[in-house]
Amino acid sequence: MTKEKKTLNLNFGPQHPAAHGVLRLILELDGEIVEKADPHIGLLHRGTEKLIENKTYSQAIPYFDRLDYVAPMNQEHAFALAIEKIMDVEVPIRGQYIRVIFCEIGRILSHILNITTQALDVGALTPSLWGFEEREKLMGFYERVSGSRLHANYFRPGGVHKDLPRGLENDILEFCKKFPKIIDDLETLLTDNRIFKQRNVDIGIVSKEDVLNYSFSGVMLRGSGIPWDLRKSQPYDCYEQIDFKIPIGKNGDCYDRYLCRIEEMRESVKIIEQCLKNLPKGPVKSMDNKLTPPPKKEIKQSMEALIHHFKLFTEGYRVKKDEIYTAVEAPKGEFGVYLISDGTNRPYKCKIRAPGFSHLQAMDYLIKGHMLADVPAVLGSLDIVFGEIDR
Amino acid sequence: MSLSNLEKKINSELTTKIISSRINHNQLEIQINKDSLLDVVIFLKKNNSTKFRQLIDITAVDYIGSENRFKMIYLFLSHEYNLRINITFHINENEIVNSLTKIFPSANWMEREVFDMYGIKFNDHPDLRRILTDYGFSGHPLRKDFPITGHSEVRYSEEKKKVIYEPVKLEQNYRNFDYSSPWEGTEYIKELKKKND
Repeated sequence: MTKEKKTLNLNFGPQHPAAHGVLRLILELDGEIVEKADPHIGLLHRGTEKLIENKTYSQAIPYFDRLDYVAPMNQEHAFALAIEKIMDVEVPIRGQYIRVIFCEIGRILSHILNITTQALDVGALTPSLWGFEEREKLMGFYERVSGSRLHANYFRPGGVHKDLPRGLENDILEFCKKFPKIIDDLETLLTDNRIFKQRNVDIGIVSKEDVLNYSFSGVMLRGSGIPWDLRKSQPYDCYEQIDFKIPIGKNGDCYDRYLCRIEEMRESVKIIEQCLKNLPKGPVKSMDNKLTPPPKKEIKQSMEALIHHFKLFTEGYRVKKDEIYTAVEAPKGEFGVYLISDGTNRPYKCKIRAPGFSHLQAMDYLIKGHMLADVPAVLGSLDIVFGEIDR
Repeated sequence: MSLSNLEKKINSELTTKIISSRINHNQLEIQINKDSLLDVVIFLKKNNSTKFRQLIDITAVDYIGSENRFKMIYLFLSHEYNLRINITFHINENEIVNSLTKIFPSANWMEREVFDMYGIKFNDHPDLRRILTDYGFSGHPLRKDFPITGHSEVRYSEEKKKVIYEPVKLEQNYRNFDYSSPWEGTEYIKELKKKND
């Protein structure tokens, strides 16, 4: 007589502190071993793509902040680049540098959140307290430049909305000087920590081949040893002129991905420092007033400027008929926008390619055969944010 | 390998399977027959001079009113050659597309999303459920004839002590402002004269 195998179904979420948002994970357990994981997503679905089809191009930018809400400006970047490429607009060099500075700030914001919450998931409380203090400072920079700590709405097709306020350059530079010390402190807590290593080393291993098959990107790809970063391989804005390294993992487990993120933060600090050192003078957005609004001062004096302002904030600008896919290296991976314009002031279609979507899809593959307690560890290292997955 | 070489290579290897190809914004776009999708994708993935080993995304576009209503779009990336390729084809409302899940496991959720948003069905898909919308949702939200307000809304009912679904009631109709100028687009007599000359 064979013993009948009985499995237990466990409902993990939709409201669970280790689920990093509203994820409902249905786990099939044999004892403590996970046999199958079925993630149910869409609990945060807001219909972003449908809304964008019904708004003008400039009204669509704020929706991008609300996708991956821990690194908002990186998303705006992809959308802005798509429009710039279709309209063949040149971004002034200062605008490019400012965009890169804030993209890297976004990367640090995202990585701090991920590393510290991953540590929290496996039992370490202190890193999140230390890390969030730094995030607060970075969001302060966001606020000073855009007026908002999270949903910045700062990047525009053709540049950025406004120039940096006085004194901000020095403050960011000062942060860059102090921050590597904070990363060192975080590392003393985690990198050689016995418990952290026991929970992460050799957990959630992905082979080089499966990384490609499962459409992984960003740290998930590099953690498995594939040297690929869109900032190097398909550079956009001024990344070509900047000297930085791409950290690569070896084993493709949760621990390697953690190490990659730590090193990426150090590289980001270097990028910001270089940008600030070489920050050129000049305009921050394209001078084409058919695309970007004229300065406030001119509106009071010039009839033409007033008309441009009025037209841009009612009708918006028109984008000629075209199709384009643009991708940027967001903190979580390749964030892409497939934009179809039809010559009107609204996008005909705007498909958003979120990196987290494919990462979470592989949950079943990653967790099969692991223990129940490894679920939060793997989930933590995937860097899941539901804003972008559910859209 | 450059994009134009790749275009030549693909056209010579897959000859009849390719309807048309063009290079747009540094990416190769090829239009194929619906039925040759699997052959083309396997070729692109396995061939040593293409190596498109990563599926980036699958999506569809709704061109309502045209004979073949939907256009399917597949995006691929080759890390080795640093190239991107888009495969497209048109289908009508009732056609069923072959699933890529056997070749790329990541196609699973992407196809589920296309099914959920556009109602396009896939052959041999292991688990074609809705993915982003609510349990028990009806309709396909990204179709152009689906209203932006949706059909039903949810609220907590104090009498029934549970969350209930009701048809959408709006205090004010959804207003779709059309700001496009009435002046632009008309051809002035001067311009017409110039054309005739």
